Amino acid sequence: MSVEISLACVAVLLGTAVFGGAAPRHPATRFCVYASCFGVAVVMLVAAARELVAGAAVPSSMTLPLGLPWMGAHFRIDRLSAFFLVVVNLGAGLASLYGLGYGRHEHAPGRVLPFFPAFLAGMNMVVLADDAFSFLLSWEFMSLGSWALVMAHHREPENSRAAYIYLLMASFGTLALLLGFGLLAGPDGAYGFAEIRAAHPSARVAGLVLALALLGAGSKAGLVPLHVWLPLAHPAAPSHVSALMSGIMTKVAVYGFVRIVFDLLGPPAPWWSMVVLALAGITAVLGVLYALMEHDLKRLLAYHTVENIGIIFIGLGLALAFQANDLAAPAALALTAALLHVFNHSLFKSLLFFGSGAVLVATGERDMEHLGGLIHRMPVTAFTFLIGSAAISALPPLNGFASEWLTFQAILLSPQLPQWGLKFLVPAVGGMLALSAALAAACFVKAFGMSFLGRARRPAAAAAQEVDRWSLAAMLVLSLLCVLVGIFPGLAIDALAPAIRDLAHGARMPVQSVDPWFTVIPVTASRSSYNGLLVLAFIILSASLTAFTVHRLASRAIRRSAPWDCGYPDSNPITQYTAGSFAQPIRRVFGTLAFAARERVDMPLPGELRPARLAVQLRDLVWDGVYRPIAVGVGFGADQLNHLQFLTIRRYLSLVFVALVFLLTVLALWQ
Amino acid sequence: MIISLVVQAAQMVLVIALAPLLTGLVRKVKARLMRRQGPSVIQPYRDLLRLVHKDAVVAANASWLFRVAPYLVFSITWVAAALVPTFASGLIFSWSADLIVIVALLGSARFLLALAGLDVGTSFGGIGSSREVMIASLAEPAMLLIVFTLALLAGSTQLSSIVEFMLTSAVGVRVSLGLALVALIMVGIAENARIPIDNPATHLELTMVHEAMVLEYSGRHLAMIEAAASLKLLLYVSLIACVFAPWGTAPATAGAASYLVGMLAYAVKLAVGGALLAVFETVVAKMRVFRVPQFLGAALMLGLLGALLLFVSRSL
Repeated sequence: MSVEISLACVAVLLGTAVFGGAAPRHPATRFCVYASCFGVAVVMLVAAARELVAGAAVPSSMTLPLGLPWMGAHFRIDRLSAFFLVVVNLGAGLASLYGLGYGRHEHAPGRVLPFFPAFLAGMNMVVLADDAFSFLLSWEFMSLGSWALVMAHHREPENSRAAYIYLLMASFGTLALLLGFGLLAGPDGAYGFAEIRAAHPSARVAGLVLALALLGAGSKAGLVPLHVWLPLAHPAAPSHVSALMSGIMTKVAVYGFVRIVFDLLGPPAPWWSMVVLALAGITAVLGVLYALMEHDLKRLLAYHTVENIGIIFIGLGLALAFQANDLAAPAALALTAALLHVFNHSLFKSLLFFGSGAVLVATGERDMEHLGGLIHRMPVTAFTFLIGSAAISALPPLNGFASEWLTFQAILLSPQLPQWGLKFLVPAVGGMLALSAALAAACFVKAFGMSFLGRARRPAAAAAQEVDRWSLAAMLVLSLLCVLVGIFPGLAIDALAPAIRDLAHGARMPVQSVDPWFTVIPVTASRSSYNGLLVLAFIILSASLTAFTVHRLASRAIRRSAPWDCGYPDSNPITQYTAGSFAQPIRRVFGTLAFAARERVDMPLPGELRPARLAVQLRDLVWDGVYRPIAVGVGFGADQLNHLQFLTIRRYLSLVFVALVFLLTVLALWQ
Repeated sequence: MIISLVVQAAQMVLVIALAPLLTGLVRKVKARLMRRQGPSVIQPYRDLLRLVHKDAVVAANASWLFRVAPYLVFSITWVAAALVPTFASGLIFSWSADLIVIVALLGSARFLLALAGLDVGTSFGGIGSSREVMIASLAEPAMLLIVFTLALLAGSTQLSSIVEFMLTSAVGVRVSLGLALVALIMVGIAENARIPIDNPATHLELTMVHEAMVLEYSGRHLAMIEAAASLKLLLYVSLIACVFAPWGTAPATAGAASYLVGMLAYAVKLAVGGALLAVFETVVAKMRVFRVPQFLGAALMLGLLGALLLFVSRSL
């Protein structure tokens, strides 16, 4: 039943896309497009949530006479896709709600309105697809839809470069997935997921498919070193699309990885988890370090997506390690942690991108060094952004902490693993996870402090005004969800359990809703437990008790005066700390290693009147080490091949002949 | 049920009542070691009382965050301190948060305080916040690795279970525990802004971190922050005491007698811990702020080494 509803919804989205392209300039079109997307997302959200919590034992499926003629297009909703449909449509619905207000400021609606519903349809279709052909087709559709949205403001030179790099990386990723599915399907071309699931590939083929899935899904999700397009492309799109790309599309990529590796590929080998864990740990730390060096608010958020993808893959890698050793219950715990973080990250990353979009609308600035003091002029945005910042920094009692805490609990179960490589790798990855959480908190002190606190650094920031009600509603709903999932993580864990049971061969975490006071107990009560509700209640109680006592029994008088600043206050807002100076100590600690950072002080000679200057030089080692050589190599090869353009017809014919002989020889030797 | 609630309430009151005393004791011992008379040990109580009765002077452009942060910082630290076993383990609310949550709660308090430092937009607030988060970004992972070490040994992240495990004879002398103890002391010194990382008694010095961050605070707001700092010091001393010197701690279901013994033992532990801290602070010199990463990096490596040893063999 629900697969029919979902496909009908996708059809409505595609219809909306056509409608949006027909008359994009008309204000009613904007309203209709976003309202229709919102409605469709709500319907799909309800259908998917029902399927996840109370779905039938046999997943509903459907075959449409489209695609490959001998096969048709298969669609199916099992619990895993139902969970990811919830993630996709919750984000999509709120992005549409936000778009109702934010879209008003769009100066080229014809470049957004047709592609927004198409992008949503693409993401939903990826999750619904049940054969390799429809999966890849939907995947490409999703990539192209988001690419068109990245190109929405194509006149800015940065954006077209971002879109170009995105297109290259997306094609590369799809190519890797195509090869992976080709290997999975085998020589007979059994492209249906059901057939792939039944056939167990040999160990060598399975390893190759894992590598291709890491390349394909990892490049879309943003695993280091495939992350380079993400901080360029995500911020270039309009903010509600940035939220979708960063918060939701990366999760669709995680879905692709989980579907291939946990569902289709069969039992894992121990070395798989080592590769995944090592990549994930590096991704988490490098992502947040990049973010700390970044002063552009939206790009900072995009780098944090890289970090959080690392955290999610740490959970997935642990689950693979446990599964390879037949430890079903710890695997279920690690998977729950990963999927809960998928859900949580989709919430707070959308919230933060909405907030940065609100700042962009109100001030026209993305550079934090030009902002400041927005908490006075945009109080609601500031409050929701604060909630989002605390959530992404994994601070209790918000939702980001709940999932990272579960990941830590999974790490603490890992001494049971017998492989020596894992024994050394897992504690190191645990340290990296802790480091990335602490650095994330530092980074969001910077992001929130520079944008919303202090004094306005530019007139635009001083004249900012609160944004419209639609945007505020979307941000408030998301921050409420962040708090709710933070204090009732047990309910979310129980809702996830059916999806986990399918992936972890029947194992799941203990039922949480029977525990008193919504406590989360991952293994046993004597081992570890966490109760976000009580912690929040204690904090609120003791804070109000203290404030009440102090105000009642001591003093409640407030005197306003100029800032103290040790007696040297300076009224010029330039004397405030900037994002660059805030990150300077951390740059000194980590920068030389991670970015080959150099500081150069340019001191004027005595008597010279020019100011002294401090120049900081950072190198993106991944870009310089991996991508630049590839680009240079491709350029060199193209130059060499250029000679082929100017040959005589005789030479062309002989080339064709040589090629034919070569291919026949290869074929003869192969047989 | 009633009795366990009373015991939990006693713990909450005890930590808040003893925290300024510990701060006063450290100051007194330091002063005596320097051949000064020093203020009385109850001076911190007088300071707090005087501060709460004063008007709070708030910068004209301070936001609501600036005024709310001290209360939240105080209450978060208080909740965290109340969850560490002091005189008794297995308190009724101990299951609501394990050691990872306690560490993260301190992180929440620091997050708010660092934001409050940036709120007025002064250069001292900025320098304090920026250095505080740099120190925390190394101290927090080191602390979590110490938690890993303890959790792997005791098979639990629950502090009460760890204390009960430490009281059994199965512990013995272990290399990993020694590494964890050294690392924990280093982290505790950094987190509490003590010498050699930071000097709690200094103002107007470019190396100050914590004091620069809270420079704009006055009156009752400052009192809350000072009380939170005392509570945090108490928390770390209690943590080290309950894990590495658990003797005398009353078990979960105990009578009044063992609670009394627990209280006495706890008082002795606090006094010894405070005196040791004062001696340590007197004999070392303050280090440059950019030497701090090396200090904390060593703590991080010790923590990692401790955890790794336990992954290799449970008996190390």
